[in-house]
Amino acid sequence: MKKARLATLWLDGCSGCHMSLLDIDEAIIAVVQRADIVYGPLVDAQEFPVDVDVAIVEGAVSSQDDLEKIKRVRERSRILVALGDCAITGNVPSMRNRFLVKTILERVYVEGADAQKGIPTDGVPTLLKQAIPLQDVVKVDLHVPGCPPSASAILFVLNELLDGRIPDLGTKVRFG
Amino acid sequence: MSQQVSVRIDGELCTAAEGQTIYEVAQANGRSIPALCHMEGLSSAGACRLCLVEVAGIGRLLPACTTPVNTGMSVTTESENLAHHRVMALELLFVERNHICSVCVSNGHCELQALAQKLGVTHVRYPYNYPRLSVDTSHPRFVLDHNRCILCSRCVRVCDEIEGAHVWDIAARGINSMLVSDLDRPWGESENCTSCGKCVQACPTGALVEKGRAVEEMTKRNVVVTTLAAKRDAHP
Repeated sequence: MKKARLATLWLDGCSGCHMSLLDIDEAIIAVVQRADIVYGPLVDAQEFPVDVDVAIVEGAVSSQDDLEKIKRVRERSRILVALGDCAITGNVPSMRNRFLVKTILERVYVEGADAQKGIPTDGVPTLLKQAIPLQDVVKVDLHVPGCPPSASAILFVLNELLDGRIPDLGTKVRFG
Repeated sequence: MSQQVSVRIDGELCTAAEGQTIYEVAQANGRSIPALCHMEGLSSAGACRLCLVEVAGIGRLLPACTTPVNTGMSVTTESENLAHHRVMALELLFVERNHICSVCVSNGHCELQALAQKLGVTHVRYPYNYPRLSVDTSHPRFVLDHNRCILCSRCVRVCDEIEGAHVWDIAARGINSMLVSDLDRPWGESENCTSCGKCVQACPTGALVEKGRAVEEMTKRNVVVTTLAAKRDAHP
């Protein structure tokens, strides 16, 4: 049987969801026997590939770069999973949403800086007005809330998806 | 002695006392209707809209906590339509303010969070408001965080009906509604507050909390309020 193509993406989050994915420990061996992990912070690929079966996305959409990435991921993936509260609610990254971007950047890079005061512009993506959930900009097929979602919930989701089902999470997960 | 009335709850014939609410009768007969503003021992407010039920012959949903039973009434407490409306009401509570569960002192001990889990809410379908709201830390022992407030008014009622101080009120209307102490003075400057903390124990979320609690550390003891209310027979 053809192996499924699995990808993960890290947008505006703390990588805690990816850490929780790694917390499935040795169960990841069984996962990679059924699926190839073709993209993500855990593998070396530079470009998000085409023909992905399942894309698992951590983090909110906070910058122009995030926005372009998530749109590309949506186009190239059959099933898109929002993993964790940042991808689903905006969570901690969204705490900046009630302030102007300019105000925040000045606070951090001018008022808060001891040396080289100035807002960086080279090599950093432009921030969007707000950090927003994935479903505000793309269609999401499955939401797995939690900060982070537990390893057991992630493993359950992976196994169900690899069996060809959209999992019914019931009360296995919660916000926070 | 109050008169007995007969009602049907989910088809089952139940006997109730006149004046009892649908919520009370349903609960006495083993039904579990979700609610966030209801609290045993306090009057009913009908604020959260989670306890909506269907009553035969009435074309709209009614809050179980404020609707008294009548003889011959037929009530449905569980249906696809009710589940749809309850989830919607819950989602709207989440988008209205900033409920960042992961960094909340009440994470893991919050009735709003727990109800979302119980009803299987894994995401919210509406855009978040992300309002800019204040946190009142002027009281020496307690904190009021408007970001987490769902305007259930349990604090208003417990302070008025049990403590007798009536420090809290809800000011303004609609989306601008805001919990205020002593006609909108900082809580720490309230002359009526006795610092009893019953509002904190009654609050279902992380809106009213004890000072000095870190994330996940704030547990509430609702039983403080319900036991006191029962002892005083405040609202039999």
